[in-house]
Amino acid sequence: MPKPITILRVAIFLAALVPAALLVRGFYTNDLTANPGDYITDQTGTWILGTLFASLCITPLRKLTGWNELIKLRRMLGLFAFFYAVLHLLTWIVFVHYFEVSFMIADVVKRPFITVGMTVFVILSALAITSNRWSLRKLGRKWQSLHRLVYAAAVGGVIHFWWLVKADITLPRRWAVALTVLLGLRVWWWYQKRVAAPAAARPAVTSSRT
Amino acid sequence: MLIKKASDIRSSEITPKSVYLKRREFIQAGSAALAGAGVAAAGWNAWGGDALAQGGGLPKLPNVKKSPLSTTEAPSSYDNITSYNNFYEFAPGAGDGPKKNSGKFKATPWSIEVDGLCNKPGKYNLEDFIKPFALEERIYRFRCVEAWSFVIPWVGIPLSEFIKRAEPQGKAQFIEMTTLVDPGRFPMQRTDLLEWPYKEGLRLDEANHPLTILAVGLYGEVLPAQNGAPIRLVVPWKYGFKGVKSIVKIRFVEKQPINTWQAMARNEYGFYANVNPTVDHPRWSQAREKRLPSFIANHRTEMFNGYADQVQSLYAGMDLRRNF
Repeated sequence: MPKPITILRVAIFLAALVPAALLVRGFYTNDLTANPGDYITDQTGTWILGTLFASLCITPLRKLTGWNELIKLRRMLGLFAFFYAVLHLLTWIVFVHYFEVSFMIADVVKRPFITVGMTVFVILSALAITSNRWSLRKLGRKWQSLHRLVYAAAVGGVIHFWWLVKADITLPRRWAVALTVLLGLRVWWWYQKRVAAPAAARPAVTSSRT
Repeated sequence: MLIKKASDIRSSEITPKSVYLKRREFIQAGSAALAGAGVAAAGWNAWGGDALAQGGGLPKLPNVKKSPLSTTEAPSSYDNITSYNNFYEFAPGAGDGPKKNSGKFKATPWSIEVDGLCNKPGKYNLEDFIKPFALEERIYRFRCVEAWSFVIPWVGIPLSEFIKRAEPQGKAQFIEMTTLVDPGRFPMQRTDLLEWPYKEGLRLDEANHPLTILAVGLYGEVLPAQNGAPIRLVVPWKYGFKGVKSIVKIRFVEKQPINTWQAMARNEYGFYANVNPTVDHPRWSQAREKRLPSFIANHRTEMFNGYADQVQSLYAGMDLRRNF
């Protein structure tokens, strides 16, 4: 019997491939609407956020459950976010601009939501490239600083989505709420460790003076 | 390069069949490169038989005249026109939400109120409203502000004919039209997605232009719910959102109305909304469009959606960058 974490890993790996598989199936069954380029762009964009946010859930889940092996899922989820980001970028290059570099540059310069999206892609690329053991060893303490950029990527992803919708902010608002919870937890823990914990120790010192 | 060839075709010209087929070949080739050659072609052959479908089995409209104002371009398929369009009262986004959520919509009975600055105000049921006019088929290019387009065989009546009968007074400068409010039939009206009711307006000279119609049909049949049943505005040289759907009220007014999308985001959507490839939407270019179905932008967008010869005199001396 494989270990529970191994089973979970395989299950999540397969689950994370389902959105891509549905797009491939939709292509053959003609279920991607009359405007398939836009549809694929929307779907891949959604799953960048889906997998990226799942990776941000790992640390809170570890703390809540005490199941430390969950860390073994984090890199995989992050790499899936990069996988969907590559597909998402490709839809923009091929379907939106059809490889016309001047149009792409103009888009990045002129349109803030594209600028932000492209920045997120650069961050995700850097994190994906340095996600292996060798980079971890080589970068040492810098590795963690670099990988904290994942928070910037998540914030940028939600801003990108918020700025591109025409009227219906229902979906971007949901991601913003999730982001607030996930980042809020980190801020809370940081506060506990750096501010509340030393402060709790301090009265002992002052009381010894009186 | 083949793509250049495809986008160089002016949409106001007849697209020869050989070129049309070549364009499909190109799209097939492009998608094959993405998804793996042989199987991709099989997938595209299954594509919803465009330009072959001729209606959706709804009641046929009688005595429809052809019109010299129709384009000679091949109409888009009924299936595509009715499954990819915006109608925020049913669903946000074009996808197939409007089609799915409009299944229970009933357009009968329907009445239209005419009021404001005119000598013949009144309330009519739809049949009486339409009866005095001859129905015409108008095959028009349809350009959405979201940079996709169709060629649509509408059936309708010239708006000018109706205006003549309503006898607008001298002070009337604009016409305003309003969509039905009924959350029972329009589920999204339970939310604050847009400001309800949806409103649109035209300058009276735009409304009187021979190209402007009130459409009651599509492909010779009554309009399906998701395309604005039972009666909607069609102004082919303007972006699609000007075409207010499911109209229950027509008013003649003195002041320029504030249309819904202008109220929602005035930096992105104006009153005029004339199709203009040189004035970009803040979030995307309007220089090109996807003539659906297509993965990519396969058409260059034309000034006034290719109707410049007929309509540009309406805007002589106007700064169209400011009055977008």
